Amino acid sequence: MSQQAAPGVVIVGAGHAGGTAAALLRQYGYEGAITLIGDEPIAPYQRPPLSKAWLKGEADADSLALKPLSFYAEARIDLVMGNAATAIDLTAKTVSLASGDAIPYAHLIIATGARARPLPLPGADLKGVLSLRSAADAEELKAALRPGKRLAVIGGGYIGLEAAASARALGADAVVLEREERILARVAKEPLCSFFADYHTARGVVFETKVDVEGFEGADGHVTAVKLSGDRTIPCDIALVAVGLIRNDDIAKAAGLATNNGVVVDENARASDPAVFAIGDVAHRPMPHYDGRMFWLESVANALEQARHAASVITGRPPPAHEVTWNWSDQYDLKLQIAGMPFDVDATLVRGDPAQAKFAVFHLKGDVIQAVEAVNAPAEFMAGRQLIGQKKRVSLEKLADPTVSMKEVAA
Amino acid sequence: MAKITYVEHNGTEHVIDVKNGLSVMEGAIKNNIPGIDADCGGACACATCHVYVDEAWKDKTGAPSAMEESMLDFAENVEPNSRLSCQIKVTDELDGLKVTMPESQH
Repeated sequence: MSQQAAPGVVIVGAGHAGGTAAALLRQYGYEGAITLIGDEPIAPYQRPPLSKAWLKGEADADSLALKPLSFYAEARIDLVMGNAATAIDLTAKTVSLASGDAIPYAHLIIATGARARPLPLPGADLKGVLSLRSAADAEELKAALRPGKRLAVIGGGYIGLEAAASARALGADAVVLEREERILARVAKEPLCSFFADYHTARGVVFETKVDVEGFEGADGHVTAVKLSGDRTIPCDIALVAVGLIRNDDIAKAAGLATNNGVVVDENARASDPAVFAIGDVAHRPMPHYDGRMFWLESVANALEQARHAASVITGRPPPAHEVTWNWSDQYDLKLQIAGMPFDVDATLVRGDPAQAKFAVFHLKGDVIQAVEAVNAPAEFMAGRQLIGQKKRVSLEKLADPTVSMKEVAA
Repeated sequence: MAKITYVEHNGTEHVIDVKNGLSVMEGAIKNNIPGIDADCGGACACATCHVYVDEAWKDKTGAPSAMEESMLDFAENVEPNSRLSCQIKVTDELDGLKVTMPESQH
């Protein structure tokens, strides 16, 4: 690690958010030192493909990398890999590392992300009980998915469903175990939940809903089954625990920064200390398109938007306009695109036909769209996103009629 | 391999050798060329890798898919030669390709 004369920007966490912030600082003309610290052994990469294209073997490791390794030296970004920040001193303006080094900063960006929520159950330490957050996790999962193998996914959220779809594409069997009555219970409503359940079922995925996982059974140290309440067991060769995340806000909290299950930031990603920013999954942020209420967003769009804001403020540029938040999921030949958040919704409207696998669910507050979930319906996603941002009143009659174009609905 | 000229909205030109199999978007991102954001990483989910394909190259880059066309329909500053650069795969055929960036991707 090179020692810089004047403190610059220190970025703790070298994921999608941290890596992007480093690159943007240089792109925006920042001349000072930039230190990017990550606890993984590899340079910043994209996580979304780990459960999608990459897991299915449609993308290689090179395509995951945010930037080629040579970029960091060329851009004079000191990339410190395999080293975690252990403490922040807001008064001395230093970050301590696991290696024992302490790095001074003028500005600090906390981009520590989140970790997969573990299931503290008997047998959870058996080999073959995995989570899916890092490239290393994904390597282990991919190596185990092949014909004749059975994947048990615990948690019917988007990551779990993407993994199940990828398992089927690789010829492995897949069973999804969900505690709630329906899959996607936490993140979606009907008819989306039933649509995805049916689509997966038709492609060989087995669902067990309203089940309680009690632990894992193994032989020779390797998982052989998931144990459910009522003495049921679900045999498997590999078990993926996909039950949400825990935000890595521990060092921020210990330093005395305001936290609320995540680092509390303002609309420009500034934390409660003026020299500190927090971006990406770890942030608890205001939602400018929804009366500024505070929320947690776990998406690439959020990571990038906050990276742009932090880098803009640090370099004295006007921050960009706030985006309507968006996200996507790829399963089989389905592209789900989501825009906005279904806050204060009093009705939902379905446009198109789920049976044709081309439809959109609009979440409405009166005749204003608050959120849209579009399946193989990019026009509905793009137009919906614009209309959400404009808070524009729409004709619900036109919106419900797929023969009326989204251009006309948005006009 | 194809030599691709990326022209920023302000006229700054970047000439880059891009490997076959990569997308025109990836060629820009991997070389830190400003003006193409590619927020979704090439999943055709966000329309932030919008470029204008030089007229002479419109045939060789092919026609956009229905998905891409729908995304472009609602992007900003769309022209008849607009494409999403994540959907253009680089081949030897595209040696000499020139693309220009819009003023903004957002």
